Amino acid sequence: MLPESIREELRAIVGEKNCLDKQEALVAYSYDATPMQQALPDVVVMPKSTDEVQQVMRVAARHHISVVTRGAGSNLCGGTIPVGGGIVLVLSRMNQIVEIDEQNLTITVQPGVRTVDIHQAVEALGLFYPPDPGSMVISTIGGNIALNSGGLRGLKYGTTKDYVLGLEAVLPNGEVIRTGGKLMKDVAGYDLTKLLVGSEGTLAIITEAILKLIPKPQTQRVMLAMFADMAQAARSVSDIIANRIIPGTLEFLDQGTIRVVEDFKQIGLPTNVAAILLIGQDGEPQTVERDMEQIAAICQKNDAVQIKVATTVEEADEVMTARRSALAALSRMRPTTILEDATVPRAAIAPMVAAIQEITERYGLQICTFGHAGDGNLHPTCMTDARNTEEIERVEHAFEEIFAAAIDLGGTITGEHGVGIVKAPYLEWKVGASGIEIMKGIKHAFDPHNLLNPDKMFAKHSRNRVVVQRA
Amino acid sequence: MLKEALVKKLDYDELSNCMRCGFCQPACPTFQETGYEAASPRGRIALMKAVADGVMEPDKDFVDQMNLCLGCRACEPVCPAGVQYGQLIEQTREAIEEVQEHSWWVKAVRKLAFFHLFPHQKRMYQLGGLLRFYQRSGVKKAVRKLGVLSILPKQMREMEAIIPEASGKGIVDFFGGTVIPAVGERKYRVGMFHGCIMDVLFNETNRNTVRLLSEAGCEVLIAPDQVCCGALHAHSGEREQARHLARKNVAAFHKADVDIIVSNAGGCGAMLQEYDHLLAEDAEWQERAQWFASRVKDISEVLARLVEPKEWQLLPQRITYQSSCHLRNGMKVTKEPVSLLQAIPGATYVQLREGDRCCGSAGIYNLVQPEMAGSLLDVKMGHVAATQADILVTSNPGCLLQMKAGIHRAGLEGKMEAVHIVDLLARVQKEEKPLSTPE
Repeated sequence: MLPESIREELRAIVGEKNCLDKQEALVAYSYDATPMQQALPDVVVMPKSTDEVQQVMRVAARHHISVVTRGAGSNLCGGTIPVGGGIVLVLSRMNQIVEIDEQNLTITVQPGVRTVDIHQAVEALGLFYPPDPGSMVISTIGGNIALNSGGLRGLKYGTTKDYVLGLEAVLPNGEVIRTGGKLMKDVAGYDLTKLLVGSEGTLAIITEAILKLIPKPQTQRVMLAMFADMAQAARSVSDIIANRIIPGTLEFLDQGTIRVVEDFKQIGLPTNVAAILLIGQDGEPQTVERDMEQIAAICQKNDAVQIKVATTVEEADEVMTARRSALAALSRMRPTTILEDATVPRAAIAPMVAAIQEITERYGLQICTFGHAGDGNLHPTCMTDARNTEEIERVEHAFEEIFAAAIDLGGTITGEHGVGIVKAPYLEWKVGASGIEIMKGIKHAFDPHNLLNPDKMFAKHSRNRVVVQRA
Repeated sequence: MLKEALVKKLDYDELSNCMRCGFCQPACPTFQETGYEAASPRGRIALMKAVADGVMEPDKDFVDQMNLCLGCRACEPVCPAGVQYGQLIEQTREAIEEVQEHSWWVKAVRKLAFFHLFPHQKRMYQLGGLLRFYQRSGVKKAVRKLGVLSILPKQMREMEAIIPEASGKGIVDFFGGTVIPAVGERKYRVGMFHGCIMDVLFNETNRNTVRLLSEAGCEVLIAPDQVCCGALHAHSGEREQARHLARKNVAAFHKADVDIIVSNAGGCGAMLQEYDHLLAEDAEWQERAQWFASRVKDISEVLARLVEPKEWQLLPQRITYQSSCHLRNGMKVTKEPVSLLQAIPGATYVQLREGDRCCGSAGIYNLVQPEMAGSLLDVKMGHVAATQADILVTSNPGCLLQMKAGIHRAGLEGKMEAVHIVDLLARVQKEEKPLSTPE
């Protein structure tokens, strides 16, 4: 509990309405979209400007108060849960698009702008901001940058990190740094822009960002290819890329997901197939046409049971429904849905899916897998019930084995959700002991008093399981 | 005390189904307006669950936050997990109501409205007669002249200004019977749900509903024993009284043995369609409640299926549509009203920006939460003005009154009128000239 005098200081900075410390507000900012994780802050502060963020940080630094920065709270790694209490700094009131620069093809935004609003604003001008995390209708760009969010277009267009050109950020001591700029080339010193992208709110508070835009692709086409054999689907993915085609979308649903989606939506998917690929291409009409033909031929050669190419917008919508409904369909099965994101090199998708299936069966769980086949980013999704602690323990062991399997196949413990608290115990598997040490050194350089998002990314004790651990 | 009531009433499985993804937030008017997590569906569910889990005590802030919810249920269609938020908020309000200590006059008004007025249709007509006398006899003019109304809060004054001319008799009296035959070959036997306030303040809309149905080939039965749907009760925490009314309606329409039960008010229709949920734990009534709920349709669904717009007369005006939350999010009716409007010959249909967002009326919300309702209405009227429409169409009496109030408030009177979809369709129906719309 913070003393009244400190809360008074904070109120003086942001105003009465933007400093919340009633029980109801503290409960409402005690969680994000991560299942089973919760911790109460002492106070919630909603600044409206960089200046206010600076002042809040000075108060926090003076009194050694932890600060967890947060936007919409849609992340899945527990990254915005205030495990050590302190201040939750909500940046959603800083939600202005500062400038769209059509000469330089950049957009300058405050961190609280929703990703979908960036899309709409630039697409109206014939421009394009490709990163499209699944939660983009709610997620804010600040969170996307802090977690280096991915999405459906990662294969062809890359992820958030590939579009951040410059940042303004407040350091834990209240100083402001500016990195990068409206520049395509900049090698002046360490690349602090890239360092802050994906730093999960542990190094500095992003208060403004300059993002790169590209011209909007002219056309888009999609198709569904269904396979009786998982290996054939995986081979098609490799063959498409080996044929020098980089699709705009290359998504995957396993048999379990297909069954659940069909049950939920009745869109006529064959429930006996092992895998469905949703493949899309965008760009110049002629190129798109040629690519789609070649992709269809490759899938056919790999014994696709059925190929459905959308010729109209309505058909495209129908085809996309299968992928779009995956999470909704799965989340209706059981009360608790754990959406994970183990990632492997794309050539290893078939063995990874096989490993997930084997682990699922061995632990007697319901885990279905869908995800971004093109970039190897899979979402094994477990349908369970948080109230059943015995089952949750099995879930925990199963995911631990799934992450280990991903590492063994040359992959990683998280492709787009972030480390936060839930992956912290496994980070060392991926980056090694010296990797952890160097990361901790960076953290110390930025934040010597460990004020920003403490206890995230680095586990206090190695291998402590977190799925059932309550803060 | 409230804690125990909440633990007892809240469906814990439904609370657990919320995965806190936050997809509900862009759809939620009170979250958009305030930016507070606690003022969003995800936040409110988290608060309910925190109480159920013993993490927090349900204090005044908790109650305030639950009362700030419009109950528009815009969060339900966008929820990936399909959480029945509307049921959770009703359960919460029922628990709050159970332990709430109202002041003597609030108690008196609630008791009068919920138990002695709405459930008794005859009294509603009597009140309608009184109101009509007030409106017609010159008393209204005198009262206004004397400035007596200035003692009322602003929102009540605004309502008084736009309230339509009341009727002292219902449609049964008007048609002189409970069965109105189909014109031409009979396609369906349709039970008409006339509503409590609808039949008094929007009697013409009810008459037009009957006429349109009959001309579309429906034999219309106006079950004489029907009562108020209970929506206002359920939304205000009086679920037991809502169940009582539901049983009466189920019995009345079951006896009439109809193919379809038609509603012309989104708020009522959604309630009627959920009678099976409301009476789920009542073994004796469950089967008949399911029979009832499965037959409930909105008037626009029935007309879209049966009428031939080719026979409509030309209406060279711009039309826009504010959809009723409960029609859209409760009954899931979105396409039919729009396709009917688009089919009117000569009319230009203009889509209303955020026409799927609550107008702030929400039952009696505009009276109990005037500040939030007012700011939602101002945003709404900005979008409405931008359509430059001549006619603003709605499909629920509360929304219609709110839109009339909005037109008044935004100074758009004379430039635009708010009309119930049924009255507009009656206006373009060639055969018969519509009765004048009371202003």
